[in-house]
Amino acid sequence: MAHEAVIGLECHIQLATRSKMFCECPAEFGASPNSNVCPVCLGLPGALPVVNRAAIDAALQLGLVLGCTIREASVFARKNYFYPDMPKNYQITQYDRPLCEGGALPVRLCETARSFPLIRIHVEEDTGKSFHPERTGDRPVSRVDFNRAGVPLLELVTEPAFRQPEECGAFLAGLRRLARWLKISDGDMEKGHLRCDANVSLRPPGSASLGTKTEIKNLNSIKGVEKGLTAEIARQAAVLDAGGRIEQATLLYDADHDKLAVMRSKEYAHDYRYFPEPDLPQLTVDAAWVEEVRGRLPEPPWTREDRYVDHLGLPAYDAAILCETRERSDYFEAVVGAGTDAKRASNWVMTEVLRHVNARGLSEREAALRLPAKSLAVLIGATESGRITSASAKEVLEEVFEKGGDPEAVIAARGLVARSSPEELLPLVREVLAENPGPVAQFRGGKQATLGFLVGQVMKKSGGRAAPQVVQELLRAELGALR
Amino acid sequence: MSIDRDEVRRIADLARLEIAGGDVDRMAKELSAVLDFVAALNELDLADCEPTSMVPAAASLRDDEPDGRRLTSEAALAAAPERERDFFLVPPVVENVNP
Amino acid sequence: MSANRWWGRPATTLAACVARGELSAEQAVESGWEAASTWEGDVHAVAHADATVRARAARTAPPGPLRGVPVIVKDNLCTAGDYPTTCGSRILAGYRAPYDATVIRRLRAAGAVLTAKGNMDEFAMGSSTEFSCYGPTRNPYDLTRVPGGSSGGPAAAVAYGLAPLGLGSDTGGSVRQPAAFCGVFGLKPTYGRLSRYGLVAFGSSLDQVGLFARHAGDVALLYSLLAGPDLRDATTRASPPPDVSAWDRGVKGLSFGWPENLWREGVEPEVVAALEEAAACLERAGARRVAFDFLPGTYAVATYYLVATAEASSNLARFDGVRYGPRAPSTDVWSLYVRSRSQGFGPEVKRRILLGTYALSAGYYDAFYLKAQRARTRIRREYQAAFGRCDFMLLPVAPTLAFRLGEKTTDPLAMYLSDIFTIGANLAGIPGLAVPLGLAGSGLPRAVQLVGPEDSEPTLLRAGRALEVRGEVARLGREHETEFPWPMKR
Repeated sequence: MAHEAVIGLECHIQLATRSKMFCECPAEFGASPNSNVCPVCLGLPGALPVVNRAAIDAALQLGLVLGCTIREASVFARKNYFYPDMPKNYQITQYDRPLCEGGALPVRLCETARSFPLIRIHVEEDTGKSFHPERTGDRPVSRVDFNRAGVPLLELVTEPAFRQPEECGAFLAGLRRLARWLKISDGDMEKGHLRCDANVSLRPPGSASLGTKTEIKNLNSIKGVEKGLTAEIARQAAVLDAGGRIEQATLLYDADHDKLAVMRSKEYAHDYRYFPEPDLPQLTVDAAWVEEVRGRLPEPPWTREDRYVDHLGLPAYDAAILCETRERSDYFEAVVGAGTDAKRASNWVMTEVLRHVNARGLSEREAALRLPAKSLAVLIGATESGRITSASAKEVLEEVFEKGGDPEAVIAARGLVARSSPEELLPLVREVLAENPGPVAQFRGGKQATLGFLVGQVMKKSGGRAAPQVVQELLRAELGALR
Repeated sequence: MSIDRDEVRRIADLARLEIAGGDVDRMAKELSAVLDFVAALNELDLADCEPTSMVPAAASLRDDEPDGRRLTSEAALAAAPERERDFFLVPPVVENVNP
Repeated sequence: MSANRWWGRPATTLAACVARGELSAEQAVESGWEAASTWEGDVHAVAHADATVRARAARTAPPGPLRGVPVIVKDNLCTAGDYPTTCGSRILAGYRAPYDATVIRRLRAAGAVLTAKGNMDEFAMGSSTEFSCYGPTRNPYDLTRVPGGSSGGPAAAVAYGLAPLGLGSDTGGSVRQPAAFCGVFGLKPTYGRLSRYGLVAFGSSLDQVGLFARHAGDVALLYSLLAGPDLRDATTRASPPPDVSAWDRGVKGLSFGWPENLWREGVEPEVVAALEEAAACLERAGARRVAFDFLPGTYAVATYYLVATAEASSNLARFDGVRYGPRAPSTDVWSLYVRSRSQGFGPEVKRRILLGTYALSAGYYDAFYLKAQRARTRIRREYQAAFGRCDFMLLPVAPTLAFRLGEKTTDPLAMYLSDIFTIGANLAGIPGLAVPLGLAGSGLPRAVQLVGPEDSEPTLLRAGRALEVRGEVARLGREHETEFPWPMKR
């Protein structure tokens, strides 16, 4: 039987604020256990929350860039459930009056522009971390560290708009790019900065009704989302095809073993008893704040991609790669801004610069410090004008990324200015012709391509410094003279 | 309005409280009496009354400045009933995971 | 009767004498403990005390308007480095808070000495201080009777003279009612004027730290030192608190509401007599009586028991045996929670947690919690309308004088109804002041309550002062310290 999957996502984005959501503890990752805690995030008796303005600001940035409606008076609520890494045994979140509603995330999927609609984005606090016994024979205890408790999260809930696991993967990748683009999160899924749960149900294709859904937790990588959903869709399809019924359940995805486990504990029989958080006044976001945030929003990545295609004439492929990160695309724009042709700049950034970034494990920020966009523009200009050869340009890049320094200085120091005087090059040309009688004969026999080989030989002899144009002219002249 | 034994047990589970067998009936009776009493609110005309969720106050937001007043892990763990080095210890969460 | 030169003196007098070097801070603190040697064994107002700790605190008290003045604070205010903070509950047995509540910080900064932590109903749930894991506190005027609650410990201690000042918490009357039963002043300030940071929460939208003192002037002083915004409590008001320095200015030109319909039935004659006397006295002092009917208190009680228990059910979820407090031996987390909580909480706390859990649970939220929050809006409007006609209202504190131990512990509803006149102020977020009015024929303290609009503390204190001197300023004068007798042991 054919089935159509209906999938909705709940994504949690951990914000990169300096302090926690409701207290002044540092929100950093990696401190020793239970050292970034205070009475508030440890849930000590008598402690009270106070909202971190930066977390709200981050939510506004994301909400505005996604076209959400911003609620002027939103309300924090308590979600009540017991869990050992939940200090107060309730989570401060937002419920019926979230900060942002509606909106959509544009995503490019297989060269097609798609847009996945959102239900809401709200602000909440993270829990601590439990470390459960891993192997049989381990002492049957869980260890709890509250350093993460109270770190700000944005929860983003989509409409059930996805039909394919790959769409979900692309959405998550797009969300991660955007969160980093806005610099509101480090977006590192391995560190849990971006986490995802999914609701999935099956129905006959074209049906308007919805089947019984299950919830999958722990889809914490892009691959995991795709694989976990693929597994669950297959599981549900098998149940339905065998004439069975889907039972509402919470499943846990184990990425290491690519397995789903159904959770049937009393702990998961939830009645969250939401009610407005009485310790916090309603959150007022006035029009002035919204406009101020709107005014400093960067151009979103999808708009940039379109602009690169429509106005700079780049292939969509280039635009997508250049807009993978804001640093890269800002860098590219700066190279263009310094007078370089867009396609040329794109080629240099995508091939040469990224090659060094990847090979050296540099961040793009570090790379931009070692080779400022202006310097790259100069280098490209020098290569285009023939002042240096492209081989020399690569040499310059090598040195600049290795040791730093100004490309112009490297050119001067290494004497890389292309040798274009015939008097200087003619001896080399003659040497090459003398040493390569075979190719010379082939050229004479009409095989034009051999000329390239001969040019290469001269270049080699010159240490890559000979201006290829001049070499070619000299070769032709000499070959003609020899005839 | 009355609360029966099952209801008492259900809300006791939610609240993580154990009501001894003999006390369930008494608790059901007492809670039912309180509910009967609060039913008086049905006499009030509340049509134009928005719910008060808290006494309004101007929202005061905090600047994103970490400060040094956090507890040392020693202070944080001082009252812990069970600990192992710098971790709080709890018995395992039984999740009855059925693969 | 144990007496010494300093016992029972107002805080202002003690502070002035310490400042002038007439007595040391240690002597000021120990004068209260001399009284305690007579009273404390029977009254049992104190939950935690430590002679070494208070002596050290007295020695190191910084200069300030309360230098050397002993203060007893309720056991639900967090204090670091001196006493446990246990809320009268087994579930916090031995717990020591690692931080000071904001009001405690301000007290210490003013030079006050924490002389003890006062007994209370467990987690402030009760009106008699009988529901404490340390056993009941008794009324110093009659040991067979309750001191009121839930802040019965500090109220009784201030009454017998352990300290001139006390701090309690008032969620539905827990400062005003014990103040009335013990014959001292009890102020519940406007919601948001005193920081709740470090006050162990019961009903967050209703809780306020409240003040006890034997003298109106001391209430004013304490209020002026503690009120004001706190960056750690987002529900505190940002504006500066009202100025109470004119507490002794008299009531000429003020008007007070007289909602007589509220005490036509179910209120003891002694309570009504106190109201009549207070009204006459305020009129003699130049205030004008405005009679009108007011919404009966049963609605407020019904609203209160839904809102307060709902918030409490969530506030008390953190007591689970994971991070602090005793833990019942368990092999899984579920039984850790259930056993630690079931062994740690007393019956009244469990009852309220269950009620609150029910009021918030799926399917009942609209019928109970949401309806109560609508009713709350209605009640607040009722007060607003009343204060359009008068500056403050004269009300009973409780329908009865101090009742007998055990009289209401078996009937939760009867206990809840003893808050019928105090709960409204908490629902509306407005201030209320319990003013002692001498003793009834039975020898029990009488009192009346003054309730005013938000930030009307200056008005309430002026009226409270007028009643303290019974409107006869000329006879009693400014040097007047007290006119009602010290509690008698029976």
